[in-house]
Amino acid sequence: MTSASEVSIRVRGIAKSYGDVSVLRDVEFDVMRGTIFALLGSNGAGKTTLVRILASLLRPDAGQASVQGFDVGTDAARVRESISLTGQFAAVDEMLTGRENLTLIARLRHEKSPGDVAAGLLQRFSLESAADRRVSTYSGGMRRRLDLAMSLIGDPPVVFLDEPTTGLDPQARLEVWQAVRELASNGATVLLTTQYLEEAEQLADRIAILHDGRIIASGGLDELKQLLPPARAEYVDRQPSLEEIFLAVTATTPGTHDSAGPRS
Amino acid sequence: MSAHLLSDTAHLTGRSLRHIVRSPDTIITTAVMPLAIMLMFVFVFGGAIGESRVEGPYVNYLLPGILLITVASAISYTALRLFNDLQSGIFERFLSMPIARPAVLWAHVLTSLIANLVSVAVVILVSLLLGFRSGANVWEWFGVAGILALFTLALTWLAVIPGLLAKSPDGAGAFAYPLIFLPFLSSAFVPTATMPGPLRAFAEHQPVTSIVDAIRALFAGQPAGSEIWVAMAWCVGILLTALLAALLVYRRRTR
Repeated sequence: MTSASEVSIRVRGIAKSYGDVSVLRDVEFDVMRGTIFALLGSNGAGKTTLVRILASLLRPDAGQASVQGFDVGTDAARVRESISLTGQFAAVDEMLTGRENLTLIARLRHEKSPGDVAAGLLQRFSLESAADRRVSTYSGGMRRRLDLAMSLIGDPPVVFLDEPTTGLDPQARLEVWQAVRELASNGATVLLTTQYLEEAEQLADRIAILHDGRIIASGGLDELKQLLPPARAEYVDRQPSLEEIFLAVTATTPGTHDSAGPRS
Repeated sequence: MSAHLLSDTAHLTGRSLRHIVRSPDTIITTAVMPLAIMLMFVFVFGGAIGESRVEGPYVNYLLPGILLITVASAISYTALRLFNDLQSGIFERFLSMPIARPAVLWAHVLTSLIANLVSVAVVILVSLLLGFRSGANVWEWFGVAGILALFTLALTWLAVIPGLLAKSPDGAGAFAYPLIFLPFLSSAFVPTATMPGPLRAFAEHQPVTSIVDAIRALFAGQPAGSEIWVAMAWCVGILLTALLAALLVYRRRTR
């Protein structure tokens, strides 16, 4: 079923512990090329540890992992050429402007014209108007977008996103989701970690649930749903969620605000 | 990988130099503290210590020690910048990219070297206004620059260790205080002959005294003799020890 050429990320028997605390135990999964894979788990489930291992930043105690066919332990340099890592907190340089951040990464990735790369990404992530302001003045959503933009320089075939929307407001979260979808539609393999069920449901082709350092379930959304008892039909009033209300109210322009009020 | 070491280091050094230029407070504190000490000693204590104890203008006697204090106070910012990079996650971002790994540390070290060059130059300019005069020729000036560069490199690699290990920004910067204090227990401000026994023994055998004496001799255009080699040995010794320890810590932090 899984021919080796289609597998982008292969994880086999990965284990890691800190002292007596076992963080990851015998973790196994494959991520196919060009798909979005969500690692779902609560805080402390071991998601970040796993991502750091796959990004060649941390050595596992046992097991093997490869990215694009390169072993993360023995071929770390080739792995780093194939990936980008967006950590849990926006890893941007606050003292530089958005444009300078992008240019720096483009230079470090040995792009031919760093300035053009930066300009293109500023436009793509709607950061043009803030391009020459210091990042310390950016909002959380803007930082995250810049962070993502920095990750895309050099078109890495594999993108790791560690809790890309934690701490973002709903609007910014939608923007990040849009960016992730674009990434995958351009052919990148995306592995994202999240603690939001909805995020995994919205974005992922396949989902693995990491709990207490183990993958306790994995598959497509439909497969996971089959793990539950069959659905019962129940009559429930469909109330708008607070999030839907928030988005509807904040999306209206000031001029139309009144007419969008209660329609009685 | 090593093919890009130079260009990667250059880009990253440019980045952290930009940090310094954009946070004028760090420039001011690094230059102002040693300048304040220099002014205080020249004008407040200088009269009392001055002519009776040392030959020539007191500022001539004082300057080498002030230069070491300048370097010692500036390197705490190296620790702080490194700490901030680790905290903000940008360090991890760099390490996950296909760049030459030593470049990430060397950029901070070079930044420290360049920043110290500037603040040392500022302190020397002010000392000229206060009446500092040197009989040193070009080669002796080069000698002073070389000793100061070695001293800066040694202390910078020392600063890398708390920068990598600290748990808070205060912790990252705090290690510099004893270093700033060390010149006071040396021949930097008064001849060691005026000190009581045990203190004198300490002062005469700690690195600052030999470095200060070597720079002082070079400034005066006198043969520095063995002092220069003792000073160099201290600098190189501290440099190598700190470098090894820093790389060990770096390895443990990054893999």
